[in-house]
Amino acid sequence: MRKAMLLAGAFALAAAPAAAQQKTVKIGFISTFSGPTAVIGNDMRNSFELGLDHLGRKLGGLPVEVIYEDDQQKPEVGKQKTDKLIESDKVDFIVGYIWSNVLLASLKSVVDSKTMMVVTNAGPSQIAGELCSPYVFSTSWQNDQTPQAMGLYMNQKGVKSVFLIGPNYAAGKDMLTGVAATFKGKVLGQELTVWPTQLDFSAELSKARAAKPDAIFVFYPGAAGVQFLTQYAQAGLKGQIPLYTAFTIDELSLPRQKDLALGVPGAQQWVNDLPNPTNKKFVADFKTKYKSSPAFYGAQTYDAAALINSAVVAVKGDLSKKDEMRREMEKANFKSVRGNFKYGKNHIPIQNFYLQDVVKDKDGNFALKTVATIVKDSQDQHVGKCQMK
Amino acid sequence: MLYFIEQCLNGVQLGMLLFLLAAGLTLIFGIMDLVNLAHGSLYMLGAYFAATFAALTDSFVAGALLALIATLVVGMAVEVIAMRRLYGRDHLDHVLGTFGLILFFNELVRMIWGPAGMTLSLPMEMLQAVQVLPGVFYPLYRIVIIVATLIVALLLYVLVMRTRIGMLIRAGASNREMVGALGINIKLLYTLVFGLGAALAGFAGLMQAPILTVQIGMGENILILAFVVIIIGGIGSIRGAFVAAIFVGLIDTVGRAFLPDLLRLFLSSNAASSAGPALSSMLIYLLMALVLVFRPEGLFPTAGK
Repeated sequence: MRKAMLLAGAFALAAAPAAAQQKTVKIGFISTFSGPTAVIGNDMRNSFELGLDHLGRKLGGLPVEVIYEDDQQKPEVGKQKTDKLIESDKVDFIVGYIWSNVLLASLKSVVDSKTMMVVTNAGPSQIAGELCSPYVFSTSWQNDQTPQAMGLYMNQKGVKSVFLIGPNYAAGKDMLTGVAATFKGKVLGQELTVWPTQLDFSAELSKARAAKPDAIFVFYPGAAGVQFLTQYAQAGLKGQIPLYTAFTIDELSLPRQKDLALGVPGAQQWVNDLPNPTNKKFVADFKTKYKSSPAFYGAQTYDAAALINSAVVAVKGDLSKKDEMRREMEKANFKSVRGNFKYGKNHIPIQNFYLQDVVKDKDGNFALKTVATIVKDSQDQHVGKCQMK
Repeated sequence: MLYFIEQCLNGVQLGMLLFLLAAGLTLIFGIMDLVNLAHGSLYMLGAYFAATFAALTDSFVAGALLALIATLVVGMAVEVIAMRRLYGRDHLDHVLGTFGLILFFNELVRMIWGPAGMTLSLPMEMLQAVQVLPGVFYPLYRIVIIVATLIVALLLYVLVMRTRIGMLIRAGASNREMVGALGINIKLLYTLVFGLGAALAGFAGLMQAPILTVQIGMGENILILAFVVIIIGGIGSIRGAFVAAIFVGLIDTVGRAFLPDLLRLFLSSNAASSAGPALSSMLIYLLMALVLVFRPEGLFPTAGK
């Protein structure tokens, strides 16, 4: 590994004068491109490609080469693919990661090789806290943040007690911790389900019903969100116990959730109708190019292209100057689709969270829209554990 | 107590689903001595057919009936085209061949229906819980599943135990050569059995489709449970599959519902809620291991094997 780094360094030195004509920016991109959650991976890939289109297919004047790898939503496969991108493709940046458990399995290879990394979805508490690293940046959030916002909204709504349900993996645990951190009422119980294989939530819904809470909070990304909402309605709970969510209703699952999602609030740092010009262009061009609406997964990945561009511009294409690139990225000096934000010292965005609601137009199409700002400039609660300077 | 009854109903409902899958699997395994990993693909096809036909006909029931016929036809076609070449070969060849079929069907579905999956929506009247006992509310649709499966189980019992075809099926399970020697068209019998198994899998898929989403590979996880069921129940025995399916369903669901609370008595709350689901998903495999140790033939071994 160190040898590879030395070689890469030597190559960069030798090629320095000719850098402008010769070098390309190599980006390794890990996401899920097969199985039921491939729709998420596609949303991310499409948005990243659109981001590169908007930058003229060049980053800081250098041509770009992106290598896409499929993690199959499995930590062990994600790690193998990460190793392959670092060791055999020798990428300059590594981008992507939907799943917190896949990211955690792959993190060590990235940190040890000092590859620059931009995580565009997963936000396990570990990378915000004790495992924070100088070369790892997030364009999404730390898992706790979104449910924390939801907890605040539940306080506003006067919810006195809640039952929590989520999947049993790194992100699910963070989400439930997050909502419990800000929610002032009583948590009557919490259930974690086997992930990603358990798709039938009958036992958990029965338990929630028996606990008689004011509200249920859930986190189920991807198709599981469709399944949860369906079973919640089938159990006759819709209208009885209101549902509050994080990452359960998005543009990818909404076309299948339809009416079941009406009236179910969610928290999000990005909604497709945020009124800033960068976002308008992103959403409009995405719809033209791919004939569908982007989801937050894509929005975060679109930002990653701009963030990387800012770093490559700052070092004028000399990708060996990692520390300079890092300092530039810490400034978050680019136009984000969520509006401007700052980085915390753990490289997690300090950003606003919005309340989103589902609307149905006269043609029967469903869309998400921003209703209110729940919290401004929210920083994650693990930053104190990050020792990085 | 009421809550316990509700969780037991959940367990029975899961058991019913497993029975539908396991019945077909055990018929095919027991009678044709064929390990069919592609059984989960037929389950998936049942769900896709139902979603498609229900959208076309605007009726859930019509969609379900058409899907049932379609999976029966596909099953028989698969038998004639692919499975025939595998009889009498080693089990490993069956595994390889039918694993290939899984890949084939997954790709086929991706080509026809796209990667995003589908939803099969229930009529609005189904989206409610009914009071089955005073104080026990249960989702109406899950009751429909339980009742429908019981009817299918009864029909299957009548078919296998009371009809001539059933007699041939049972005879085929105990001594295939002798059935052939008596002038029965064993090839046709095999095609029928395989089609019947496929239709049962398709029925499981289409009944489950409104609860889960219809997506590629949806049959693969559940197939493992179905194999556990037929091992516990005894290979080839439909009665065994029925009992074992309810056992497995109950253990899985009741374990999931109560184990975390039980663990909380001596573990921290967080540790208990993450260890609970992990341990409860192990329980059924523990049961299978115990059955294999003490009754390797299963709980209801078929005679003559």
